[in-house]
Amino acid sequence: MSVLPNMLRFIIRRLLITIPTILVVITITWGLIRLAPGNFYSTEKAIPPAIEKNIREKYGLDKPWYEQYGRTVWNIFRHLDFGTSLKYEGQSVNAIIARSLPVSATVGLLAYLLALIVGILVGSLAALKPNSKSDYASMALAMLGISIPNFVLGPVLVLVFSLTLYWLPPSRWNGFPSRSVILPILTLSGLYMAYIARLTRAGMLEVLRSDYIRTARAKGLSERQVVMRHALRAGLMPVVSYTGPALAFLVTGTVVVERIFVLPGLGNYFIQASLNRDEPLIIGIVSFIAITLLLMNLLVDIAYAYLDPRIRY
Amino acid sequence: MDEDRPPTPDVAAKPEPGLTPDPAPSYRAGDVIHTAPEYALADADVLGAERGDVIAGTSLWRDAWRRLLKNRLAVFGMVVVALITLASLFGPLVIKKLTGLTPDYIPSDVALLRSIPPLTAPDGSFSWTHPMGTDNQGRDLLARVLQGGQISLMVGIIATLVSLLIGVSYGATAGYLGGRIDNLMMRAVDVLYSLPYIIIVIVLLAVFRSQTGRGQIVLLFIALGSVSWLTMARIVRGQVLSLKNQEFVLAARATGVSTPRIIFRHIVPNTLGPVIVYSTLTIPTVMLTEAFLSFLGFGVQPPLASWGTLATDGIQNIGIYPWQLIFPGVTMALTLFSLNFLGDGLRDALDPQTSRQ
Repeated sequence: MSVLPNMLRFIIRRLLITIPTILVVITITWGLIRLAPGNFYSTEKAIPPAIEKNIREKYGLDKPWYEQYGRTVWNIFRHLDFGTSLKYEGQSVNAIIARSLPVSATVGLLAYLLALIVGILVGSLAALKPNSKSDYASMALAMLGISIPNFVLGPVLVLVFSLTLYWLPPSRWNGFPSRSVILPILTLSGLYMAYIARLTRAGMLEVLRSDYIRTARAKGLSERQVVMRHALRAGLMPVVSYTGPALAFLVTGTVVVERIFVLPGLGNYFIQASLNRDEPLIIGIVSFIAITLLLMNLLVDIAYAYLDPRIRY
Repeated sequence: MDEDRPPTPDVAAKPEPGLTPDPAPSYRAGDVIHTAPEYALADADVLGAERGDVIAGTSLWRDAWRRLLKNRLAVFGMVVVALITLASLFGPLVIKKLTGLTPDYIPSDVALLRSIPPLTAPDGSFSWTHPMGTDNQGRDLLARVLQGGQISLMVGIIATLVSLLIGVSYGATAGYLGGRIDNLMMRAVDVLYSLPYIIIVIVLLAVFRSQTGRGQIVLLFIALGSVSWLTMARIVRGQVLSLKNQEFVLAARATGVSTPRIIFRHIVPNTLGPVIVYSTLTIPTVMLTEAFLSFLGFGVQPPLASWGTLATDGIQNIGIYPWQLIFPGVTMALTLFSLNFLGDGLRDALDPQTSRQ
């Protein structure tokens, strides 16, 4: 059997699994919101019964639960329509996601890119001189990066670069090519830099000991060629497989960074929606994140198979 | 498979006199003996005949301990974790003895209801009374950080235990039963794995927000424990798969030991190494997640305070009273740093094959 049909079958199977997974996500989220005591319209003051009846009618809460659940799921799967936000009145969930996604995606992707560049560089340099002073120093630094929570790192960076040196704005969003993106990106990338540096070092150490690297050296390749052409490709496999979980953490990371720097991103809307019990917005953002993660994981797996010819699906 | 085999422990329990070469006097049936690999000693009565030659084996644990002590960073981590744990447990009592301050003591003098810098007296001169300064209400920050440590460490340990309990039982069952059940159980883990778990946890904590601090902590245990058991289940399952066809399991089965007993007395103890390593690394992850949730306002609720909530309170005043963030933040980072090094060291010590040179 040739490779391509196998790969295709793998992709199709994974895409098919995505649908029930999204259904599980929607059901869990919907169930949690409905099981919790209270309502999105409940306030500290009691609402007159007549008004409550009107509210329930308007939002279809007077119908049996299975009908409400069925309608939610049907609208999402049939029309990709998550409904209208309960708190941001008149705004569709789709519009809110479309508006806030670019902010989160910009910060998240740039942070991950920065982390990849710095992490791979530091990790490979450490692996080329194992147990040297620079190796220990960079690995201790990486461990520090893993141990500092990003909500501590962010304010400390603000304290240094905004409130003491007056170099960068402490918060707010001024669009992408502006100085306002620097601190959020630095804050977010710290953790990934550290992880990627550690993974690169471990992967490279293992590869540099292998037979084919010895062969490459024996046939007279320069150290530079050995590392760039032969070692990096295999040594970076752990980094590639880390990308899947990293993306999941990136979502939570952006939530924190958006709270600290007051960015109008997906994470900020999500926290606000959770506090407001804004059911359509919560379900919309949660399912959107779930779909993104599933597709990204699929891409990572395909990239993995492409990079490592030994892997077959 | 096991049911139709007659249980025969009574016969096997009494070894024929000639079979026991050297009755080791120092060893009793209840003793736990660790060997590599650990044979079915949990049911030592059943396999009593083999007791004699087991003691000669090198202990995996003593070996690992020696390797761990050679790793300077791991020893550093172990010492710091021990110190911080002890300080968190007894520090507040000592402070109360020395200065009369408790973590929630608010001075009655209005002039003191403000944040005093570290190592400073209210009049600006040097003083040892508040080594970390005070918070907005004039409460001693050191006492609060130490008490916050109690909460943070407790959340980390209990949530890890929850994940340990679920993960080990689930993984061991799936791995041992194998076949279709294993396939189904691990497929469920795969699906759960691909969910944006932490996002769902936020929804859970937000909509079920408890008015009492205690209720929220219980909710937190459930939420954090349910997030972190998946990896544990996978690790244990992998271990069990490689263990279940070994001779000592066959021996236990042949002597009529029941399936649950084989899983939990014979197989699970042999997976301890990776389980310990992963648990040690789960504690800092859970503590970090707790801090993250506390930062968002969904974690530990006042009057209780963890390092996460203390640091979050400090963020509000970062420009004016930086010590309110720095001290809880640095204490937490130091603890996580040490726990991570300890976990790494344990991995190197217990699994020398994957360790770095």
